Amino acid sequence: MSDNYRKFLRTSQLPHVWCPGCGDGMIVKALLEAIGELNLDQNKIAVVSGIGCSGRTPFILDFNTMHTTHGRALAFATGIKLANPELRVFAIMGDGDASAIGGNHFIHACRRNLDITALVFNNGIYGLTGGQLAPTTPVGKRSTTSTMGSIEQPFDLVRLALGAGAGFVARTTSFDHKQLTSYIKRAILHKGFSFVDILTSCPTYFGRMNDVAEPYDMVHYLRDTSSPLHDCTCGESEQPKAEVMPTGIFREEERADYEALYKQKIASASGKRSAS
Amino acid sequence: MSKKRLIQGNEACAHAALYAGCNFYAGYPITPSSEVMEILSYEMPKLGRTFIQMEDEIASISAIIGAAWGGAKTLTATSGPGFSLMQEGIGYASITETPCVIVNCQRWGPSTGQPTKGAQGDVMQSIWGTHGDHAIIVVTASTVRDAFDMTVKSFNFAQQYRVPIVLLMDEVLAHMRENIDWPEPGDIEVIDAKRPADVKTYKPFANDEFLPFGQGARYHITGLAHGAEGFAVSDEAAARELKRMVGKVQDHVRDLALHDRYMLDDAELAIISYGITSRPAQSAVDLLRAQGIRAGLLSLKTLWPFPDFLIDEVAERVDTIVVPELNMGQLVREIGRAANGRSQVIPVSRIDGHLLTPAQIADAAVAPFATSAGKTLGKVVRS
Repeated sequence: MSDNYRKFLRTSQLPHVWCPGCGDGMIVKALLEAIGELNLDQNKIAVVSGIGCSGRTPFILDFNTMHTTHGRALAFATGIKLANPELRVFAIMGDGDASAIGGNHFIHACRRNLDITALVFNNGIYGLTGGQLAPTTPVGKRSTTSTMGSIEQPFDLVRLALGAGAGFVARTTSFDHKQLTSYIKRAILHKGFSFVDILTSCPTYFGRMNDVAEPYDMVHYLRDTSSPLHDCTCGESEQPKAEVMPTGIFREEERADYEALYKQKIASASGKRSAS
Repeated sequence: MSKKRLIQGNEACAHAALYAGCNFYAGYPITPSSEVMEILSYEMPKLGRTFIQMEDEIASISAIIGAAWGGAKTLTATSGPGFSLMQEGIGYASITETPCVIVNCQRWGPSTGQPTKGAQGDVMQSIWGTHGDHAIIVVTASTVRDAFDMTVKSFNFAQQYRVPIVLLMDEVLAHMRENIDWPEPGDIEVIDAKRPADVKTYKPFANDEFLPFGQGARYHITGLAHGAEGFAVSDEAAARELKRMVGKVQDHVRDLALHDRYMLDDAELAIISYGITSRPAQSAVDLLRAQGIRAGLLSLKTLWPFPDFLIDEVAERVDTIVVPELNMGQLVREIGRAANGRSQVIPVSRIDGHLLTPAQIADAAVAPFATSAGKTLGKVVRS
């Protein structure tokens, strides 16, 4: 394991705000290791986040960082990337951030295929606001707004992204460090929109409401409710069991990204006469 | 100024944006603003600039803010319902001191209302639509040439003051065609944000200097209350920062208060208007003068920060101020407050989706006590 992630930490902003046992810090370490291993230019990275526990990630990263509004990280990221394509743009979102209030931006970013890497820190609950029901909370799981257990069908973000046309779609967990780092690297290297759904632990809220309050138990819960079904590019034909979240790379197919297509548009537009 | 062109307000706005160096547009179609984005969708690729149609207005304003920090001069255009959706992003642009321009072609509201009917109902929303105290500049246009000039000036203000600018147009101006003198490059000044001399020590919120992402400095932007370096602050520091941000525009009201005067020097009666209503208002001055009443017009182009000093000058000299608006009385409240009892302030309202006529404004001016509209707001405020 390399140690070259430390130079990317904005140490003036440490310690971070996350609870003991939270998985978010492990994701950040994997992200920074991936960036370090790929030797990306620190001055040419933009990290954008929304609102929520995950939204606090950019504070501690020594890049150009932008903590935006709830759900809109990908819309802001779209503007940054198009205005300066030289930048490597990361959008960091929570599960509620990406699939409830920001669901529209998420599916359109998948479809539009800008070269942005989207990471969802998916803990199945609203952490920062105190443990409310998320669109990703499994059926029967308790939250402060579903104290008798959720009766709602949760979003499978991987299948949502596949359906919306994302070119790189993967899922792993925050405790599966090597796999997480390698998936983030592959997501970065993927030309076009890439998405990694990262199942992570929230012992403070999800855990306490659902009998896995100890961080150790919460990690076991993640292990028991996820399963490496496949690591292939064969598509989404294989259906997982409902109670288990499959991990792996679900799609890795490049198609022309938005920037390339827009450049073609510019080339074909030059010389056209004015509209008015 | 050699060329003349017969164009509509929305076309003027789109071409003025290009003139001002706008190189990023994000938007979502909505009547009556769509021509702005249709034209830019065609013109911007030809110039190597970026146009993108987003999934909604929230995404549009978010994208232009992101693009501003990516180094672009940015614009979005919308109308009432879309403008309501943008309020979240406008607040973010304000607290992050992001230069960006939002054109709002006003239509009759609330809600879907009458999409193809003009109105001036979004004045208060433009000023106060996003939550919390905040810095914003609101300007208007009343002719097609004005739409061109004010679009360029909106970009200039955004760059100079690092605030979101709302340019209030309306359905009539958006779709009205006029034969205008077409500005050549250099006819209208174009201003860009100041860049810091030393990028290594750049602090994004220390002053009005603006350095986009990827230019050598690494810094943080947040919608949380923050200090000069962009990191969260609270208590007295948060209050200090908010005062500084609001002061950026309030302290420069004299520089920002664009306006036109018409026959105001010897006036005993003043009409104060803005936007499309300044046109019948000017004709109303002529009607009143023909009847021997020394009327004059103060046409406000900048509505916020509110130019109290201009109202002061008028209220010191005239007995009556008439305020025609295509709403049930919005800016008249500010004018009444600023007049502070020195003149009687008469609102003239029209809300059926049509423009006020010169005669309606003139009649209201000469018969203030004969109509139900004849309230004396200035005196009410004083008592």
